[in-house]
Amino acid sequence: MKKLIVMMLLLSLSFTLSGCGSEINADSPNALLVYNWGEYLDYDILDEFTEETGIEIIYDEYETNEIMYPKIESGAADYDLVCPSDYMIQKMIQNDLLQEMDYSKIPNISNIGKSYFESSEEFDPGNRYSLPYCWGTVGILYNRTMVDDPVDSWDILWNEKYKNNILMQDSVRDAYCVALKKLGYSCNSTDHDELEAATELLKEQKHLVQAYVVDQVRDKMIGNEAAIGVIYSGEAIYTQNENPDLEYVVPKEGTNLWIDSWVIPKSAKHVENAYKFLDFLCRAEIAKKNFDYITYSTPNEAARELIEDEEIRNSPIAFPDLSQYNNLETYDYLGDTADKYMNRLWREVKSY
Amino acid sequence: MSNKTKLFAAPYCIWGAGFIIIPLIIILIYGFSDTEGHFTFINIYSIFSHVNLKALLLSMLLSVASTFLCLLIAYPLASVLAEYGRDKSPLLALLFILPMWMNSLLRTIAWQNLLEKTGLINAILLFFHLPEMMIINTPWAIILGMVYDFLPFMILPIYNILCKIDIEYKNAARDLGANGWQTFWRITWPMSLPGVLSGITMVFVPSLTTFVISDILGGGKILLIGNVIEQLFTQDNDRNAGAGLSVVMMLFIVISTMITEKYDREGSV
Repeated sequence: MKKLIVMMLLLSLSFTLSGCGSEINADSPNALLVYNWGEYLDYDILDEFTEETGIEIIYDEYETNEIMYPKIESGAADYDLVCPSDYMIQKMIQNDLLQEMDYSKIPNISNIGKSYFESSEEFDPGNRYSLPYCWGTVGILYNRTMVDDPVDSWDILWNEKYKNNILMQDSVRDAYCVALKKLGYSCNSTDHDELEAATELLKEQKHLVQAYVVDQVRDKMIGNEAAIGVIYSGEAIYTQNENPDLEYVVPKEGTNLWIDSWVIPKSAKHVENAYKFLDFLCRAEIAKKNFDYITYSTPNEAARELIEDEEIRNSPIAFPDLSQYNNLETYDYLGDTADKYMNRLWREVKSY
Repeated sequence: MSNKTKLFAAPYCIWGAGFIIIPLIIILIYGFSDTEGHFTFINIYSIFSHVNLKALLLSMLLSVASTFLCLLIAYPLASVLAEYGRDKSPLLALLFILPMWMNSLLRTIAWQNLLEKTGLINAILLFFHLPEMMIINTPWAIILGMVYDFLPFMILPIYNILCKIDIEYKNAARDLGANGWQTFWRITWPMSLPGVLSGITMVFVPSLTTFVISDILGGGKILLIGNVIEQLFTQDNDRNAGAGLSVVMMLFIVISTMITEKYDREGSV
């Protein structure tokens, strides 16, 4: 049966492919196919890399890990480099979608702090498949001129006073992390009672929520469209630069600590080019330039040294001292059944 | 069939097979099988789950409302355009089709910016000390988006058919003593019915299945059946359930087309 479907897909694909003629040929040995989060790399770096090496980059973006996964799994596109989060890397390793990295081909890897590889052990035991790219927390961004209550807890997202002024993350794991942490549970909970309680909580919150969005939290907060939003710490510096009234907080109940790392899928066709690109990205000046653009915390310690602005170099938001928190959790891959269950509950919230 | 016709038909046959028949078969195979490939009805039945049924009913409600609104706006407009088109140029009609030249996704995002709390419309209302308009992220915004996006699909067929109605029919009706309302109701309306019906289909079907408009103007708070199917494919990676619901939607569309076809045939008799 599966074979039949594959055959038919191939047949219909052959109709489409023959008609396509993009600028860069993905089959050329001089190409590199990169699949990254939206707004997660300084595009100038792509051009610089092409200039230096002659390797042409085909660059695509996705909004959530969940959207990225089926494309890799089904082999719809043979990307050479993808940048998923921790739990998704774990899932991809388990489902045999990634190939081991040869770190010796990335000399600049020495710039990456050792501690980040240690943290990566949780989802990539033995550090075989991934190269840390960015890390951070999930927290609350609020507008000081619109919020007069102290913001130190997830509870503020359930405060009737801010009805229609709250932006929630439209990403299953992040939304549930908020609710689970507020209830005092682990954000890796698969317990049906706990997840159900979180679902009830999210339903309760729904009439207060202005919108469920992902990347748009940033622009809406900058534009004063909402008072409170759930956001990744990496956006905090950028949004503060654009709108000085904004403040980022890690709630006291704890939150998710995440690492996004580069991985090479099994189906990659330009592995050597991928290593060259990774080495390029790990270069201190390039990583610094990239940090200036995306403002997500970089694990590249040499790049951090290059940051001129002392306030940012020692910023507790960009580079928090993790030892002061004891309730930060990294997401684990929960398994297919739990994933499906959670997705179904999330749809219940969305249709409530 | 002569060799020549065969030759001309070949591209369309290939197109039809590659982009209609084969994908349809794939959808049916996925829709009627589970992850292991065994035959099952479970994906079809999943339409009866609380969430999916609610999404379907909401989609029906919103698309019926927006189709009705489109008709209400488009018919008088098409009449005026056809009236003008008779002696002047069809340029005026072109004006209403013009927005279609721009990508509908962009136009929907533009509406998001217009309707936002700090958006243009509210800024103007605020300037004149008028109450703010807060329809963004509600079903009303979605209806607005559907009407705006699909209105040209209603105007065009009605305009076309009204242009083709011979003016002598109306003159004859008047000569025989019918007033304006009677002329419209007994002559123009029945004769324009085929255009109205194809307009209804062309607005109703995309409204029923949209997920982009509800996503952008609904703030992710309103789940239509199109959103459910999209999420099943992209987030859940559950092609079987997604395909199953798609089959159900196809059924709905076939039924609604059959109903309009029936009226169409009766109308032309």
